[in-house]
Formats: sequence, structure tokens, C-alpha cells
Amino acid sequence: MKFQFETIADFIAMNGHGPYVWASYAITFAALIFLLVSPLLQKKNFIKQQQKLQKLAQANPAADQSVE
Amino acid sequence: MAWQWFHRLGSPRWFYEKTTAWMPWLAALSIALLLTGAVWGLAFAPADFKQGNSYRIIYIHVPAAFLALAGYYIMAISGAVGLIWKMKLPFMVMKSAAPIGALLTFVSLVTGSIWGKPTWGTWWEWDARITSMLILFFLYLGMIALQQAFTHRDTSDKASAVLALVGMVNIPIIYKSVDWWNTLHQPATIKFTSKSTIDPSMLYPLLIMVIGFYAFYALVLLLNTRVEILRRESRTQWVSDLISATNKRA
Amino acid sequence: MADQYPAVSLWGGFIASFRRDMLIAARHKAELTNPLVFFLIAVTLIPLGVSPEKSVLALLAPGIVWVMALLATLLSLDGLFRSDYDDGSLEQMLISPQSLYFTVMAKVLVHWLVSGLPVTLLAPLLGLMLSLPGEGYLPLLASLALGTASMSLIGAVGAALTVSLRKGGLLLSLIVMPLYIPVLIFGASAVQSAVQGGAVGMQLAVLGAFLALAIVLAPIAALGALRISTNG
Repeated sequence: MKFQFETIADFIAMNGHGPYVWASYAITFAALIFLLVSPLLQKKNFIKQQQKLQKLAQANPAADQSVE
Repeated sequence: MAWQWFHRLGSPRWFYEKTTAWMPWLAALSIALLLTGAVWGLAFAPADFKQGNSYRIIYIHVPAAFLALAGYYIMAISGAVGLIWKMKLPFMVMKSAAPIGALLTFVSLVTGSIWGKPTWGTWWEWDARITSMLILFFLYLGMIALQQAFTHRDTSDKASAVLALVGMVNIPIIYKSVDWWNTLHQPATIKFTSKSTIDPSMLYPLLIMVIGFYAFYALVLLLNTRVEILRRESRTQWVSDLISATNKRA
Repeated sequence: MADQYPAVSLWGGFIASFRRDMLIAARHKAELTNPLVFFLIAVTLIPLGVSPEKSVLALLAPGIVWVMALLATLLSLDGLFRSDYDDGSLEQMLISPQSLYFTVMAKVLVHWLVSGLPVTLLAPLLGLMLSLPGEGYLPLLASLALGTASMSLIGAVGAALTVSLRKGGLLLSLIVMPLYIPVLIFGASAVQSAVQGGAVGMQLAVLGAFLALAIVLAPIAALGALRISTNG
């Protein structure tokens, strides 16, 4: 197992195939990061929204509908 | 006795609480595998003697394509389980699987297209695999469109489960047909991957990437399913307890 | 309880619903002719849009006629269960003691008779307009007859899934079109191969196999989908 390129510049250029290879990896990892972050954000927003509802319910127990 | 776990799957709460502990481990495992595989594939695997360095796209293109296809089957099978045993949880898995699969299909299409430029000299070639991928992408889009069309959640779940099953029966037929169509119109173009000639030193990073993609897929599917569980069970006591518990920590 | 009703055989039930749907179709002649007019106009657009050159048209003819036939079938699908759903007779059908497989089958058969079959019969005329070579006509008729029948069956599943949606038409096309691709591939290839002097037996056999598979599976899936749509 050895590093396949002489220099870092070679590694970036990849004999002219660099733009294709790096663009592919960039797009893929961007998509993977989106897949990972989006459910985390959704969960955060959901919890925030539910907490607001709970506060409202505590302030006004008569109108309480959302939490049993 | 052995089937107890299966009956428990009927309870979204049990599933949510059970999987909470898995999340950090699964995240660490999949990110470690993906980074190892990517660095190995990009920097340490030898260059292909025919395609040079552009073949390094294989390490993301092929796993993404695998998961795109496997994702459709996972979606359809969870839909079938939901329909047959009338459980809530499989429908939540099915709903979460659709956009993930669509995005992975899109990634494999884009990376395939970029790979095509240095290999075939064109951004788009009506190659059998790419064409099948495109049709798979259409199947996902139809699935997502149908899921969003219904206002009634129960109808939406069951209708999309039927569509997913019909799609699952059709996928092998579509793949075979496109394959046959392709040999008819353009025999013997350069194949991305010829299985017999791939060297082990190139294969190991690919294997790591495939396992990494599977682990990552499991991770994001679980994360999305867990959010879906919270949304659908938002009126239950256990979710509201969970929310207030989060309140105290924050 | 059961013998208070006259016993209806499977065949009798099939014939009854077949008659009823044929009668309804005969009374809505506009719905019958619209897909055909669409087929005609859409094919006419090709020489206008691409080129009236005979050699170019002859090359494109098998594919164009097939694609347009596919679209014409797609257009007529939305009405397959729509009116029965709107006036409530679909729900009556679903609780009837008949074997529902045959009820759905009768509906699909009527749909094919009023959309697929006329499209198939009109196709040679359009082939003529696109200067399709003489060897292509018989395979065109045969492949379209088999192919449109499969498309009616597969489309029935999509129509059943979207019947409860107010604006289901476009969505129906989206979910059904990818499923039509194998039929299109083998159908167009049969005509193409005949024009080039090749054999067509294999393609027609595959289309026949698709049809057989669709006859067995599609009504069952459509029936399940109808139950889901009416319960919602």
C-alpha cells in the first residue's frame, strides 16, 4: 500500500482527471451530509415546536388539546 | 418466543427507545468506513491502466447505485410488511426510505454522467446501467409524488405500498428489457466495470465503501424514521414526556 | 340468507359488468374518440416538427407510432374508474358477492376495446402517413394489440391508486409511464426489426408473456388499490 502520487499537486490534478473525480466526490459527500443533517434539523424543529405547544398548554390548561 | 421481536416492531415507541442507543455507534462506524474507503480509493488504490485516475469515481458511483436499488426493495418490502400485518412502523420506514433512495439514485446518475465524460467523451450515454438508473429515478419520483398527493395518511401509506410492490415486480423486467434494448442498439461499448479483471488492491476499498454506504443508509433511514415516529405519535404521553425531558436538559 | 338471491356464476357476473360498461362507453362517444384524435394530431406534429423527408420519417415511424399510442392509452386511463367512483357504484361493486377479479377484468377489457383496440386499428393509417415500409404493418398491428392490452392492465393499477384524488390525471401518468417502458421497448423493436427484414417472433412472444403476467397480477393489484382508495 503506497501513496499513488508523487506530489500533492499531482494528487489534485490526477493526470487531468482531477476535476471529474473531485466534482463527483464533492457532490456525493454533499448529498450524504444533506441526508445526515436534514433529519437532525427536522427533529430539532419538531421538538422546539412541541415545546412551544406544551408551554401554551401549561399557560392555558382549559384549551389544552394537543397534549393529553 | 423467537417472534417476540417481530411483534414488538408493531410498537413505534419500543423501536424508538431501542434504537436511541444505536445511533452514535452507527454514525461513528459509517463515517469511519466512508472516510477510510474514500481516502484509500482516492490516494492509495493503483490507477486503472485503461481509464487512468477517472476510475476512482467507482468508489462512490457503484455503492450509491447499489443502495439506490437496494433502497427500493427495502421500501417495497416494508410496505408489504405494513400491508400484510397492519403495522404502523413499516409504513414510517417506507415513507422515510423514498426520498433517501431518490437522492442516492440521483447521486449515482450524476457521478455516472461525470465519469462518462473522460471515459466515453460525452456527458450522457444511453448505456444500459445508466438508463436503468434513470428509470429507477422515475419510479422513486412517482412514489414520492403519490405519497404527497393524499391528505389522509392511512390511504397515502397503503396506496404507496401498493405502488412500491408493483414497482418491485417491474424492476427486474425493466432491467432485463433495457439490457436487451442496449445490446440491440450499441454492442460493446467500454464497460465501467469488468468484474473479471478488477485487481484485489482496487477491490478492497470498493468493498469498504459498499459496507460504509450500507451502514450510512441504515443510519439515515433510522434517523428519518425516528423523526417520523415522533411526528405521528406527537399526541401520545411518551412523546410529550420525551419533549419535556429534552426541555430540562436544554 | 344466501339463497334469497339468485346465484350468479363467475361468467354471468363477468358478462353483466362487461355489458354495463360497454353501454356506458357507448353513451359517451366523445370520451371514446378523444384519445384517437390526440393520437392523430400528435403523430402529425412529427413531420411538422422534425422533417417531412420520407427517409427520415420511415426511420422514425415505428418508434413514433408506438410512443404516441402509449400516450393515447395513458390519456384515456384516468376515466377507467373515475365515473364509477364519483357516483358511488364502485363501492357497491366492492361489497358485491361477485368475484371482484372478474369485475375489474371486465372493466379493463372494456377499456381496451374502446381505447387500445381503436388505437391499434388506426395505427396502420398513421404508419402510411409516416411512410412506414410495407413489412412493418403486420408486426405493428400485432405488437400494438398485445402491448395496448398490457398497458390497459398495468394502467388500471395506477388508475385505481389515484381514483380518489381530485387531480389524479397527471400523477397517474407519472407513476404509470416508467412501468410501460418494457412494453415500449419490445413493441417498437418488433416493428423496427420487421422493417429491417429481421424476425419478430421473439419480441411478440415477450409481449405475449408480459400480457399473460399482467392478466394474472394487475387485476389483483388494482383491486387492492381500489379497496384502499374507497376506504380512505
